[in-house]
Formats: sequence, C-alpha cells, structure tokens
Amino acid sequence: MLEILNLQIDFASGGRRLRAVDGVSFSIAAGETFCLVGESGCGKSATALAIARLLPAPPAHYAGGAILLDGVDVLRAGRRQLRGLRGGVVGYVFQEPGASLNPVFRVGAQIKEVLKLHRPDAATDAEVLRLLKLVGIPAPESRLKNYPHEMSGGMQQRILIAMALAAQPKLLVADEPTTALDVTIQAQILDLLKDLKQRLGMSLLLITHNLAIVGEIADRVAVMYAGQIVEIAPARALLTRPWHPYTQALIASVPKLAAPGERLRSIPGNVPALDAMPGGCRFHPRCLKAQPDCRLKKPELIEVEPARWVRCPYWNTSPPSPS
Amino acid sequence: MTPVPAANPLLEVRDLQVRFPVRRGLFTRARAFVKAVDHVSFTIQPGETLGLVGESGCGKTTLARAIVRLLKPAAGSIWLADEDIAALSAAQMRARRRLCQMIFQDPFSSLDPRLTVGEIIGEALEIHMTTGQMVREALEIQRLGAASAYRHRIAELLAIVGLDPAQAQRYPHEFSGGQRQRIGIARALAVEPKLIVCDEPVSALDVSVQAQIINLLQDLQRERAVAYLFVAHDLAVIEHISHRVMVMYLGKIVETGPAKSVVQTPKHPYTQALISAVPQIDPQTRRPRIILPGEIPSPINPPPGCPFHPRCPIAEPRCRTEPPILREIAPAHWASCHLAK
Repeated sequence: MLEILNLQIDFASGGRRLRAVDGVSFSIAAGETFCLVGESGCGKSATALAIARLLPAPPAHYAGGAILLDGVDVLRAGRRQLRGLRGGVVGYVFQEPGASLNPVFRVGAQIKEVLKLHRPDAATDAEVLRLLKLVGIPAPESRLKNYPHEMSGGMQQRILIAMALAAQPKLLVADEPTTALDVTIQAQILDLLKDLKQRLGMSLLLITHNLAIVGEIADRVAVMYAGQIVEIAPARALLTRPWHPYTQALIASVPKLAAPGERLRSIPGNVPALDAMPGGCRFHPRCLKAQPDCRLKKPELIEVEPARWVRCPYWNTSPPSPS
Repeated sequence: MTPVPAANPLLEVRDLQVRFPVRRGLFTRARAFVKAVDHVSFTIQPGETLGLVGESGCGKTTLARAIVRLLKPAAGSIWLADEDIAALSAAQMRARRRLCQMIFQDPFSSLDPRLTVGEIIGEALEIHMTTGQMVREALEIQRLGAASAYRHRIAELLAIVGLDPAQAQRYPHEFSGGQRQRIGIARALAVEPKLIVCDEPVSALDVSVQAQIINLLQDLQRERAVAYLFVAHDLAVIEHISHRVMVMYLGKIVETGPAKSVVQTPKHPYTQALISAVPQIDPQTRRPRIILPGEIPSPINPPPGCPFHPRCPIAEPRCRTEPPILREIAPAHWASCHLAK
C-alpha cells in the first residue's frame, strides 16, 4: 500500500544543495511491518517524513521520484488530498513523546482534536476512552483530564499512539518510538505495536538504529547508509545472514547479551558528510572487502534472490584475511 | 581477565545516602525528600569494572555523581584510597580529584566550546600539576621546557585515545560525537586517575562508534589498570565491559554479582524482568518475556516493604511489609529479595 520509487531529497545548506536521500525505493504491503535501519544522518527520518510530505520545503527540496500512498502520488498531490492522507491514511509517532504533545491541553482533548479532524461523527468521550483502552492505558477515565506532564514517558507514548490510531490510518510510521524509553517500557510499547498491528491489520514502518528491535518486530528490513539503501531482506534472513559489508559490520559491532566475545569489531572511520561523499561506492573507505574498482564504480541495488536486494558486487566474497 | 581481588579495595562505599528535598513552592520548607540513593554499599577493586544498571529514577546517575563528589551525600562514607571523601570540603576534594575522574554522557555539552581541545585536556594538568617541573618529572623528560612538556603530554594523550595530535588547536564543534567522547576520555586520563566514573558514555553515540569507544575503554584498562564505575542502561554493553554488575531500583541495590552470573542467572525478579525485556537480534537467545505491569513508582513515595512489590510477579504478603536485605544467593552473587534462591 506504500510504494516509494527512486526518492531524492535535497537540503539547502549555506547556498548549496546537498542530497540527503539519493534514489531510495522500497514498498510496504498491507499489514506488513517494515523496518528502516541506519545510523544518524543516513536519511531514514527524512524518508519517513517525506511519505506524508511533512518536510518543510525549503529547506528541503523533493528533487525526484514518487511516493505512492494508497495509490496517490504524495509528491504531486494537492493540499486537500494531502490533508486527507495525513492522519487518515498515514499516522506518525515520533521519538520524544514529551515534545510531540501540547503541554497546555489535556490529553483527552488532544485525542479528540484528531477525531474532530478525521472522524467528526466519532468525536466523543466514549471513542476517546475506547482508544485509551486500545493502547493499554489502565483506568482510562481518570486519564482523560491529565496534562502530558502528569504522565510518564511510556504513558505519553501510548497517548501518541492513540492519537495516531484515532484517524484509523492504514500505515503507522514510528520514528524511533522507544529510544527515549526505559527498556521495560520499551518492551511494553513494542508488544503493543505488535498487538495493534495484528488486531487492526495496519502496516507499520518502524525506523530505528537498534538491530535488536528489528529482530523482535520486523517482517522485512531495509538498511540505509549515507542516503542510500544498501540492503533489503526479510528480517530473519538479514540478521542471520547479512550480505552487505555495512550490515555485517553493524551486526558485528553490537554487543549481544550472553554472547561470548573479547572485543567488538568496530567499523573504522566515520559516516561521510553530505558534502564529502566518497567517489564510487559510498561505503568503500570503511569496507573490509573493498576492491580497487569500488573507488570508481557506483554499485546498483540488485535483487540477487527473490526479496533480497544488495548494493554490492562483492557481497558473495570473503574479506581478505587479516595480515 | 578478571583482576584478583586485592585485600584493599580502591573504592569502598558504606551505607551511602543522597537525598533531594521536595519543595511545594519557592519559599515553603521541604516536606518530603527524594531518597535518590538509599543505603548503598559496595566496593570496587583496582583495575576492575563495576557496571551499574537500572532504569529512570533508580539513582544510578546520582550515585555516580556522589562518588566523584559533584554532589554531597547526606550520610554514609566513600573510602577512596584509604580516605573518607564523603564529607570533605570543595577545596579538600580538589587534591583528591587526581584519583577519581568522570566521563559524561553528552559529548556535546561536556566540553567547553570556547576552549581548544588542547586547552580542555591541559586544564586538568594545570590544576593538578602546578609547575612545568612536575610535568617534566612525571614524564621523566628533563630536556624539555615547561611549555613543551605540557604540549608533549597533551599530544601523547590525544594519540592514546586515537586522535591526531595535530588537532589540539581545534575547537570541540569541529569534531564528531565519537571524537568528542574521546576528548573527554583524554581529559579524564590526563591526571592518571585510578578510578574513572563513566556516566552513560556511549548512549548518545551511533552504534558503530559505540564499539570504538567501548574497545578504547577496555584497552586503556588493560594498559593502565584503571578501574571503572560504568553506568549504563544498555544491559548488553554492561555485560560486555563489566567484571561485576550492580542493579539499582528506586535508590537501592537489588542485585550484585559477577557480570555473567547476574545476566545469565539473575536472582532478583526485577533483574529477571529487565533482562527478559532486552530485545535480541538472535531468536535462539530469546527468553520468555516477563512484562512488568505498571510504571516505576515515584521515588518521593516509594512503596512500603520491598520497593518492587507492586510490580513483582511473585510478591507474597510479607513483601508488602518487610523490606528485604541483600543476601548472598550464589558465590559472590547477592540479591535483595525474600524469595530469591
């Protein structure tokens, strides 16, 4: 129900245009959980916001590509169409729940605001209570009149999920929804998202840098690096048999619970700045398998197996043995 | 390699209490106290890493700051190299700071933006080694003048943490998050401390950079026998880097023991829930999820009896009235629970 085709997004910075998202393509089926994984600056958040054309333009500039959301091309849609899509077809949940909630309005009123916009016939206290129950808030009647600051981070995040669900979207985009939460609360929220997805048949696009969350919740995964997708695969396959050298290095660098190991295999160097992209493959300066022509040729994202894509011609080779 | 426990621990904390008053308004007297650190005792051996883990409001950051005396404890003692520093004045503490340094969580706010990197690292040298003479003696470099010895030491520290010494003239904003954290580590190392308190040093960094910093900290420990009090919320990082682990909940220690033991065979129900909540990449290592009901209670009004009882899956009537004490359940592995075995 979501199809992103060759998306390109530029940002204006100091008189120049820097390409933050460079030719990103992927699709999400109805009822599927898709994870977009990458480190800071890789373009995953920009891609997610572009789905509802939420990036302020300027400084952003939609330089190319198409985003088909439930059949509508978001990048070319009119204002009226967009308003219907935002909330009604796609809902968002962001990282810092405290920053997303209006501090001077009670939470019940904020949820009702969403209902008034998208489902005015259902803008009642009863429906608000139903939503609060749906997201697992205990004693919801007592919470209707709470202000955001009277609730913990985990509760606030549930309120935001309730607000996103109020408009009954077909796709929920969650950008690092649990990063700011404690691990036990994170487990609750992930379970809630899994449960909601099953009950409502909703698609979920989850953006995270945490590969373990991918393991817990994702059906399929795309890994991003420096504005491009470098690998797409079913979640289990990607985590057990990663193909792209960046994915492999990322998985090797994460400490795992109850796993023996003396030393983490870190990735040397840093993510390249947008205005200092290496020639050829963007990852080659940090890649253990880099060959001489990686510096010159830009690799394409190729479907090597059904549903498995990788952007590396040498994915099937072993790295040179350490000297 | 686990250090052999020495007869004399480097750090011994006894019955430490740190409290914050809660005031209703600006001018009212404090009616209640947040018992941020509530009767905490533990030791750290030279060259050992003690991991400190817990969720929001457990007191781990407050404990870390109290150890380096950024906060003054209300009661209890902190024995650092055979001296109780809990009640020292700021002036007296200054001399003791050579022994115990701190690395902070946020690489962006913990470095003075108006000083060059060289000045930031050198500030510690200036405070603790008052003359170039001392620096020269410390380095056993007789031929250099005071200023050169100072510059030499700064360059050396930058190289130790994996940065280019030529960058000493640059300002913090010219570096990435991971590099700034390295600068913070160089600053902490400058005075050759025996103990470094690390307050979530990798939480704000990208995953691939976290590994670099964790490896660096482990290398430094091996080379210099420096001890760490490593505060973090990421259990996998804690297990990887720590020899022993302490778990805190609402200001109290609920479990402590060897890292592998605590993580693989946790004895306290809170630790068990915490570990089961950690998302796992590999489905083989997943254990059944224990979902704790409710939220972490406010530390202003902790529950009576065992502070964990309202959320505990195995709570019994006695847990509601009788606070548990730390008992040794397995060799060197202690838990504060009536029912742990």
